[in-house]
Amino acid sequence: MNEGLPLAGESVGRLADVWVYLSASPLLGLTITLLVYHGAFLVYQRSGLHPLANPVALSVIVLGGLLWATSTPYATYFEGAQFVHFLLGPATVALAVPLFEQMARLKRLWLPMLGALVVGTLSATVTAIGVAWALGASKVTIASLAPKSVTAPVAMGIAEKIGGLPTLTAVLVVCTGILGAASARYVLDALRIQDPSVRGFALGTAAHGIGTARAFLVNPESGAFAGLAMGLCALFSAVALPLVAGFLLRWI
Amino acid sequence: MIPALATLLVFQLIGEALVRALTVPVPGPVVGMALLLLALVLRPATLQAIRPTALTLLQHLSLLFVPAGVGVMLHLQRLGDEALAIGVALVVSTLVGLASAALTMVWLMRRVAPPDPFPIDGDAP
Repeated sequence: MNEGLPLAGESVGRLADVWVYLSASPLLGLTITLLVYHGAFLVYQRSGLHPLANPVALSVIVLGGLLWATSTPYATYFEGAQFVHFLLGPATVALAVPLFEQMARLKRLWLPMLGALVVGTLSATVTAIGVAWALGASKVTIASLAPKSVTAPVAMGIAEKIGGLPTLTAVLVVCTGILGAASARYVLDALRIQDPSVRGFALGTAAHGIGTARAFLVNPESGAFAGLAMGLCALFSAVALPLVAGFLLRWI
Repeated sequence: MIPALATLLVFQLIGEALVRALTVPVPGPVVGMALLLLALVLRPATLQAIRPTALTLLQHLSLLFVPAGVGVMLHLQRLGDEALAIGVALVVSTLVGLASAALTMVWLMRRVAPPDPFPIDGDAP
């Protein structure tokens, strides 16, 4: 501290105290997550819900930049952000509500949905493993990639079981969700698929919660199908993926 | 709002307890969702009590993935070293997953499902 300028030194010291408090308390991580997401969401709305202005992608870039610039460890940030992360559990349970409201359609379409779910989930897993292996990724990376189309908490559990890194899987899950939500409109338009129930279901199968969030915003009934796909995908994957991915990983 | 939130947490709790007691490989919240759906089918009157809170939570589903996404900070080294393999695998498998799920569903709908008496209208995602 500068002895000649006691006042300035004192205020700098006080500012440092404030930072010491803020950087150690979960308050900052939580507040900044909500503020940055709110800002990202406003940008998303301004862009007319443009698929490429995904609010998760924007938030992750800004928050990652902030952590890097202030050299804050991720663990410190997560002390606050965990309160948001925790809500993934109750949100998954809440999917029962849109499902219940779409019961009549679900009963009529159960067989096409079951087929789409099995084919979509397995083809995404097998191509992820195959492409990563062909391009020389390490075994740990491949095991972390395998469950990336499943919603975060479930995918992390599967990764742990087949020898991947759960935290790396969480990142890849988020990347997949962003990619799926951003590309769905173009892919499905190119395939000339217009039915909102099919579009929603495909988004939920390939891009879990982030795809579901996008489907809900664009059309609530598509959202119900996306939510159903995400829930069924979590159920099916939790049982089938450790077997399928475990079998493929043994051959690599 | 509080009773609704408590209901969601109770079903999650039952789900988590069940999967641990029965050592099944399914995640607790997914079992909680299935049980809540069953409860709604048995007692449709409970829907109005939880509907607003459940839909609010689902409208902001994207937000809940942000903390996990920021975890990219922990893996910059590995992601940089294997950027090509990871990037190509992510893009290819996501596109294949989307297209194969959509095409399978359309193909099966033409074969087995009767036409929708009340087709969904509005925008498609």
